[in-house]
Amino acid sequence: MKLIQRNIVPIVFLIICALGFKYSGLSWMFFANDLMTRLARNSFLVISLIVPVLAGMGLNFGIVLGAMAGQFAAFITIVYNLTGMAGFFIACALSVPFAVLFGWLTGVLFNKAKGKEMITGLILGFFANGVYQLICLIFIGWIIPVSNKALLLPSGVGFVNTLDLKIWQYAIDKFYVFKPKGIDIPVLKYLNNINFPVVTLVIVALLCAAVVLLFRTKLGQDFRAVGQNRHIAEVAGIKVDRVRIIAVIFSTVLAAWGQLIFLQNIGNVQVYGSHVQVGTFAVAALLIGGATVSRATIGQALLGTVLFHALFIVSPLAGKNIMGSAQVGEYFRVFVAYGVIGIALALHAWQRQTKKE
Amino acid sequence: MSVKNRLEMKNVSKEYYGNRVLKNVSFSLGEGQVLSLVGENGAGKSTLMNILFGMPVIHATGGFEGELFLDGEKVNIKSPEEAMKLGIGMVHQEFMLLPGFSITENIKLNREVTKDSLLSRVFGKPLKWLDMPEMRNDARASLDAIGLGIDEMLPVRGLPVGHMQFVEIARELDKKNIRLLVLDEPTAVLTESDAEKLLESMKILVDKGISVLFISHRLDEVMAVSDKIVILRDGEHVAETSPRETTIDKIAELMVGRKIESGAMQGRPPSALRDEYIIEIRDLSVDMPGEAVKGVTLDVKRGEILGLGGLAGQGKIGIANGIMGLFPSAGEVKMNGEPVRLNSPRASLGNGMAFVSEDRRGTGLLLDDSIEFNIAATAIQTSGKFMKPGIVTILNSREMGDHAREMIEKLDIRCTGPAQLTRRLSGGNQQKVCIARAITLEPSVLFVSEPTRGIDIGAKKLILDHLVQLNRETGLTIIMTSSELAELRSVCDRIAIVYQGRLEGILLPTDSDRDFGLMMAGEYSKFHGKEAV
Repeated sequence: MKLIQRNIVPIVFLIICALGFKYSGLSWMFFANDLMTRLARNSFLVISLIVPVLAGMGLNFGIVLGAMAGQFAAFITIVYNLTGMAGFFIACALSVPFAVLFGWLTGVLFNKAKGKEMITGLILGFFANGVYQLICLIFIGWIIPVSNKALLLPSGVGFVNTLDLKIWQYAIDKFYVFKPKGIDIPVLKYLNNINFPVVTLVIVALLCAAVVLLFRTKLGQDFRAVGQNRHIAEVAGIKVDRVRIIAVIFSTVLAAWGQLIFLQNIGNVQVYGSHVQVGTFAVAALLIGGATVSRATIGQALLGTVLFHALFIVSPLAGKNIMGSAQVGEYFRVFVAYGVIGIALALHAWQRQTKKE
Repeated sequence: MSVKNRLEMKNVSKEYYGNRVLKNVSFSLGEGQVLSLVGENGAGKSTLMNILFGMPVIHATGGFEGELFLDGEKVNIKSPEEAMKLGIGMVHQEFMLLPGFSITENIKLNREVTKDSLLSRVFGKPLKWLDMPEMRNDARASLDAIGLGIDEMLPVRGLPVGHMQFVEIARELDKKNIRLLVLDEPTAVLTESDAEKLLESMKILVDKGISVLFISHRLDEVMAVSDKIVILRDGEHVAETSPRETTIDKIAELMVGRKIESGAMQGRPPSALRDEYIIEIRDLSVDMPGEAVKGVTLDVKRGEILGLGGLAGQGKIGIANGIMGLFPSAGEVKMNGEPVRLNSPRASLGNGMAFVSEDRRGTGLLLDDSIEFNIAATAIQTSGKFMKPGIVTILNSREMGDHAREMIEKLDIRCTGPAQLTRRLSGGNQQKVCIARAITLEPSVLFVSEPTRGIDIGAKKLILDHLVQLNRETGLTIIMTSSELAELRSVCDRIAIVYQGRLEGILLPTDSDRDFGLMMAGEYSKFHGKEAV
């Protein structure tokens, strides 16, 4: 009973997803393949939220800046036409300095707004979007020269809306695809004919292992100590501000890589849009997985990604079949996703208040 | 017997914003000895410890004067980290334990045993593995040393309070270089038997050559464990003694002793007061964080000025807040023989009680409103004063202004006019506005909490004089809560002392320093039997 109570959020979403799947009339194969693609594509971004949660800084809406860092790196590889897997990994490497810088700035800001990191991060995302647009729309082609005029707007200043990423699309997703066939074991036979992007999954698995192991190091212990009580950690001699900045930098770098994995699957960059929703979607996924503002695990991140994206897949068709309109399903999905964020935040505030009394 | 000096403080002084809280304090503590620091709240004990521990609050406010020597070496401690490196440990008044961590993790917090990992060779210490088995061994050893036989892997959340205090001491003991341990009221939250155990474990520390600085309000403990007792009063080192040379009541007298100018006591003898009770409090409990009241029974005479005194955290502040309905309370309060509904500020105000809060800038004033509105606000809400009658009642601003001008003159509020915002007033004048608002209600009982906190000396006297004048002229009953005993003794007719949420006893202002000291330390009844209550 307690188990159900503690995991009520993922359970409710599991039921909604199951019902949605039933009414959508989708075939299992289509559904599972789509889900697998989305899991590989998005889980990295969700996992990037875990470190700041455990360091007591709540849900880092500031990962939007990480996504921007990833996109800057992607632009560089596009301009210099670095292709294939090499191009992708060069993009990952190039994104690090950007992400470290952005993460450091975010961390410094968060330290000045202790206890209000979430709202600060959210607004910071909007502000950073303004700076990002300034750079991509005004500086590119004017201050920052770009030789390939096809990437620019007709005026010669600013990137076009959509940049093609065919140069390293599927660089890792399609490097080795495993497709099980002819499995004849109950349950497991549902895995037949599903495409596993093995390299991407291995990278995600490595990341999960790295996060788990991180929390068995001195630094991880410091994260957890600071997350529980800044004052006590400070008195114990832990450099709290420094630890918090490091946590945000971790998160931002992971988000940059996460965004690159996302882009290599999609195959193009919406220069002015790809990063905008990253923060809220990742946060919603993590919360749907059963995490809270102060507690999150790898398992919750992965489960949340699966449930959140399953809802993405089934809701338009389920909406169409039940209500006669795909729009209704779409509306329902958005309503639910943001509703979950709102409820989770309200629950957290409420729990903290009752604890105080 | 010559003992090497472990710690020496020489001429230490400290100022906070022009307010001198420590004045040339000097003392020394020998190796393997226990020195107790005793004194009232505000005597400067905490400031002294903050200096010793290099707390940021000291250095953010301009540092301190004087010198510190540790084992004969001059030290300059700028942060808690440096203090720890020098071998100074501290067990704080509030628990410094992380509830989500196990006992082991807490004991080894930020001093974890680590092993090399692949990445640590590149990135350094932060990425070293934690060596959990080794950490467990260390924690076990420290726990065994103080005789605490609980599992070292239990989470701290849910441990009994007594155990938590021991975990804190085990943590300090685990610091291998520890030379000096500061125990800041370690027994305040413990039961008697736990406190005894704790004092025993202190002896284990001392046997290891660790020096202990012990701060406690429990004077019998101080007598039991100390080699030396230093008494502070108003930031001054007033006496240094040892248990052999003194007694508890002598210490109590030294703690409180304060010259009160002859003739400054304005209280009236009991014979001058009517034996008629305006408020009868029975078994009042108030759930105010940090100032809990646990069953106070007290009668207030009509027309008297009653003082509520006691050390910080003992509950004196909670009484007025509870009766006025600002914090959840239970029990029975009667006014003029009629029961008062508790937990309802409105009911309390309606019964003719008014309150000047100790939290002047928080609960007391609408800082961004004018003086006139502040004075009128409560009366507008409760009794509809200053309103023009009609279907839609609107404020009668002329009446409000006139009233404010009258109050400004009467209480001598220094301001540019009734329209000035209260935020711009000095502390003393803000307090006068609070008092003016309370009087505007024309109450029959006035609760005043910490009326002179944070107010300069000149203004203090004015405010106290106003209160006495009010009482004498209108017969208003005043219940005044204050941390400053001298202030209570100068204006009150009777003074009730609160200790651990209960009434310890009622004294007259003319009673001896010794009696006040004993009562505030909760030792009075031991000396005087049951007669006190």
